[in-house]
Amino acid sequence: MSELRTEEMVINMGPQHPSTHGVLRLKVVLNGEIVVEVKPYIGYLHRCFEKHCEAMTYPQVIPYTDRMDYVNAMNNELGYAIAVEKLLGIQVSERVEYIRVIMAELQRIASHLIAIGTYGNDAGAFTPFLYCFIDREKILEIFEMTCGARLLYNYIWVGGLSHDIPKDFQKKVKEFVKYFRPRIDQLNGLLSYNKIFIERTANIGILPADVAINGGASGPTLRGSGVKFDLRKNDPYSIYHKFDFDIPTGTGEVGTVGDCWDRYMVRVREMEQSLRIIEQAVDNIPEGDVFADIPKRVKPPVGEVYVRTETPKGELGYYIISDGSLNPYRVKARSPSFCNLSLINQISRGYMIADLIMILGSFDIVLGEIDR
Amino acid sequence: MDINEIYNKLKAVFGDDIIELKTDKPVDPFIIVNPEKINAICYFLRDEESLQFDSLSCLSGVDFDKDNLASVYHLYSYALNHKLVIKAIVPKEKPELPTVSDVWATAEWHEREAYDMMGIIYTGHPDLRRILTPEDWEGHPLRKDYKVQEFYNGMKVPY
Repeated sequence: MSELRTEEMVINMGPQHPSTHGVLRLKVVLNGEIVVEVKPYIGYLHRCFEKHCEAMTYPQVIPYTDRMDYVNAMNNELGYAIAVEKLLGIQVSERVEYIRVIMAELQRIASHLIAIGTYGNDAGAFTPFLYCFIDREKILEIFEMTCGARLLYNYIWVGGLSHDIPKDFQKKVKEFVKYFRPRIDQLNGLLSYNKIFIERTANIGILPADVAINGGASGPTLRGSGVKFDLRKNDPYSIYHKFDFDIPTGTGEVGTVGDCWDRYMVRVREMEQSLRIIEQAVDNIPEGDVFADIPKRVKPPVGEVYVRTETPKGELGYYIISDGSLNPYRVKARSPSFCNLSLINQISRGYMIADLIMILGSFDIVLGEIDR
Repeated sequence: MDINEIYNKLKAVFGDDIIELKTDKPVDPFIIVNPEKINAICYFLRDEESLQFDSLSCLSGVDFDKDNLASVYHLYSYALNHKLVIKAIVPKEKPELPTVSDVWATAEWHEREAYDMMGIIYTGHPDLRRILTPEDWEGHPLRKDYKVQEFYNGMKVPY
């Protein structure tokens, strides 16, 4: 048994497979169980969002942005609204900004809950998935109460909001914050510090900081590598400069800095920080009219703008070119999942195929915004 | 660093390859450069001590005007916290310019997207294929003069 002849094998993961979090095909070259190369094939969900935008007026684009990262619609709308407002040169009222921040942070928690729940599911832990969805449901109820929709809201408009907040909104949000804090500790006990989960995720898929920056990683994927960078702090938009919160980063607590567990844990800790922001904002919503600044006709002057915001997945950038007409000349969305996913080949070579599932899950990709 | 300083710095090194600085509002200011030199300029922007543009935020293909396409680079420096927009304009008859995927790895997929959507060809790119549309799709959808093909593999396309 000195020399056994081995051959490399090509396996297609997806496009229909639960571990790929959507319709994504990974062409994996394997040497036994070891990954030699991963080639992602994307585009199965391509709807030509950018072409559609060119035929729409500026406000009509907002429902389309909802459908990019469909578990995170509020943050998508927020970035687009800020970009168009910048082109128009309008300043929205304090009340609108406060409500937007609360909504964006609630949505961040909801999105992270999906990321965490499905990640546990990838590792074979089904119970945390259900726990996460129970909590997410409570956030969706708040959204439903506010604007009638549960997933795709069309809530944040250029210059304002589609609805003012209902009477007992603040009460409901405060109840949620109070309810959710101990649930994070419970989640940590159930999943984060679970021995089996740590074995599956620590020291797997290590992403060094310089590779992350050069490869365009952002959000928890970048922060998991120990880079303390959050657009809400480092390039503030809306009114985030008013709030006090920390930027959790990966520290290699149970393994190496930048491994899957670090990326996962950044999300858990970010939920706590989001709760802090919500707490600071919810009692200080000023009085005012949320419809006052909505322009009757959105017709920006000739120009272009690139606005980036921190969504739960990372840096979402809108590059909008206006030619002075009612329709945008060009809208380009730089989606965080797109850039994060492009790193997968670099960091999963040499690991087992079972680890590849964990590495992919740790990026928290949503195919809706990769394929657009 | 201010965009005027960056412009002067680039102008000192690359001379006429740095074509124009546009700062009129509400435009994000940008610098137009010679497309043939884009790779060398990007290496300089990344490695120069006082600039350190260590990341490419976004790369977009744009249908610039009737005869030209543009490749737009949004750069950001994590080290020094400043931004820059540069544009390289190429004619539609010969939309070719060098790749920057060796400067920033993230450009690889962005350039594939710009090729797919706009038909800009990045010479020296390691794997320039369509990324979002199918491999046998015809045309480049985000061009303003794009006409959708009537049939794709026997299926009627416009609905």
